[in-house]
Amino acid sequence: MSYELIIEAGRTERQYWKDLWRYRELFLILTWRDVAVQYKQTVVGILWAVLRPLLTMAAFTIVFSKIAKLPAEGEAPYALMVFAAMLPWQLFATALGATANSLVLNSNLVAKIYFPRIIVPAATLGVAVVDFAISFVLLGGMMCWYQYLPPVQILAVVPLTLLAALVALGPGLILCALNVTYRDFRIIVPFITQFGLYISPVGFSSSIVPAEWRVLYECNPMVGVIDGFRWAVLGNTAFPERALIISLVCAVVFLLLGIRVFRRTERTFADII
Amino acid sequence: MKPIISVEDLGKKYVIRHQWRSNYRALRDEIMQFPLKLLRGMRQEKEEFWALQNVGFDIMPGERVGIIGRNGAGKSTLLKLLSRITIPTSGRICLRGRISSLLEVGTGFHPELTGRENIFLNGAILGMSRAEIRRKFDEIVDFAGVEKFLDTPVKRYSSGMYVRLAFAVAAHLEPEILIVDEVLAVGDVEFQKKCLGKMEQVGKDGRTVLFVSHNIESISLLCTRGIVLANGRILHDGDIQGALAAYREDILHASHELDHLLHEGNGDFRLTGVEVFGMKDGAPRPVETGQDMHLRLVYSPGKAGSGKEFGKMTLEVRISDMLSRSVIWVSTAAYPEKKTGVQTRFTFPKLPLIPGDYLLNVCAHRNSEIVDWIRDYSFTVHPGAYYGTGYIPFAHQSSVCHDFSFECEDDAC
Repeated sequence: MSYELIIEAGRTERQYWKDLWRYRELFLILTWRDVAVQYKQTVVGILWAVLRPLLTMAAFTIVFSKIAKLPAEGEAPYALMVFAAMLPWQLFATALGATANSLVLNSNLVAKIYFPRIIVPAATLGVAVVDFAISFVLLGGMMCWYQYLPPVQILAVVPLTLLAALVALGPGLILCALNVTYRDFRIIVPFITQFGLYISPVGFSSSIVPAEWRVLYECNPMVGVIDGFRWAVLGNTAFPERALIISLVCAVVFLLLGIRVFRRTERTFADII
Repeated sequence: MKPIISVEDLGKKYVIRHQWRSNYRALRDEIMQFPLKLLRGMRQEKEEFWALQNVGFDIMPGERVGIIGRNGAGKSTLLKLLSRITIPTSGRICLRGRISSLLEVGTGFHPELTGRENIFLNGAILGMSRAEIRRKFDEIVDFAGVEKFLDTPVKRYSSGMYVRLAFAVAAHLEPEILIVDEVLAVGDVEFQKKCLGKMEQVGKDGRTVLFVSHNIESISLLCTRGIVLANGRILHDGDIQGALAAYREDILHASHELDHLLHEGNGDFRLTGVEVFGMKDGAPRPVETGQDMHLRLVYSPGKAGSGKEFGKMTLEVRISDMLSRSVIWVSTAAYPEKKTGVQTRFTFPKLPLIPGDYLLNVCAHRNSEIVDWIRDYSFTVHPGAYYGTGYIPFAHQSSVCHDFSFECEDDAC
């Protein structure tokens, strides 16, 4: 027989990455399940995906533009500027929340079936991406409304979206692993996303941050992603080179760290979940 | 021929922490207790528990092996190790074939999804490829008998339909090694026969089956070999009839658990023996729903009360489910004329408890002073036909069965 598998204490690492490939169909089907369940009650699911960014955008535009009188970037309408930032931010927040909770929500699977556990948090990214796609259609509608022609670099949205998902995945994996051991970590996630919303340039342009503080400010990896989005969608700002490099480095470092933490705690998941 | 499964010196250790009631922790508690821990010199109260120790066996291709043992004997741990859900602390397992485990039917079923969608989802979770599922789709639907409801969300299925669909998906797996845990305790008699037939066929196709069940009948029907586990070690490994005999023996001498339980009371007497058993043709057997259950309590004089007489002791027995909800409570005070003794046997005719695990609380008291009180002695009620029609009550639908009858009052009847 060609197939031979040896299970031994502390000898599962080599097998793991091979298994990840073998279980790729499970990854796809879990992604599909999460998306299907999310939009099963179609009206509520899609309505929610449409309403949430729209309402937040309206609130931010009123507070930051009309009341606080913050400047917009170039001649782009303030609402459009907020919405272009809203897109990657929502992606990040949804992805972070979903990955962090994913293992606990799927505890019945984890306790009963073997598969590389990292599939579960990774598969939840699907919902975030679909939500994002719906919002993106909305953005298209808004650009028609404001009669704002997007620049050529709108195509850069694709890699930027990927970057936003990556930025979320690393910390998501860490939180996901911690959530299994310490169940009250789940309370921390909404705090992170809420806090992050205000320190990231979602409701305002990052050009209002004083130049001497810019580097420090850009250490928040979402700054690069958001400014990149504004550059790609509105096309009236400079390409945020430095911020994007910081984002990319942050994303990779956190992802590697996340995988490490996740792998280290993974072997005990089935015992404590 | 090489064995398809070789297990050598396998062991699994769990660490039990005493401070926490549940397995997972709260960060809040950890932070609150940190100063305390520093004071105590970082010493944690941990207890090691070997769920499985020095287990070794070889299984040849095509063998059908029943894994038997009381609650907590290590059956589930063994299956979890074989199906790679958890990793061993010591020893090694060598598998020479694709393995699939059905640790519970319907794992991963999502109530919002339709029957069709769940077939694909569940199939993928159990390790089938999409092409494989598509090929067997009609067969699965046919086996489950749910054609009409394929596009209905499974949350609207009856529990019978749900189980049938779940088992149908699982039954069409084609691994070289199939691990089955307690799936036959569900469904009606007709469906159970269908399942047994399917499992038998799987074995005849030359595939290896590992079967864990409390249902002695189906094990003896299906398996050729039995491995009996007790306290994490192999008690017996041999042909199925011998294994079942060893298992019966083990059930009756299961009182060693008592030493680990906390005894409260003044200690004049101490509960040293608990036997929970059924009876058929004068021979003891496992407890089944709908059959008489016998409970024998044996007391020995404690150190505190040497020389005292047992006298007029009141015995109270509480049976709770695993959520600690009291299901049955009896007290010998209900029959003031009768006496209890150091050996007392309770009989519960036609046990109404649905299949599952239960906990016993036994309290002995005299003149409103507690002499000995133990909690959480576990025992299992195995599936049995309560109504005498072959119908097996479902687990989780209720706590107890009750006799009932019904009449059709239509004019046409």
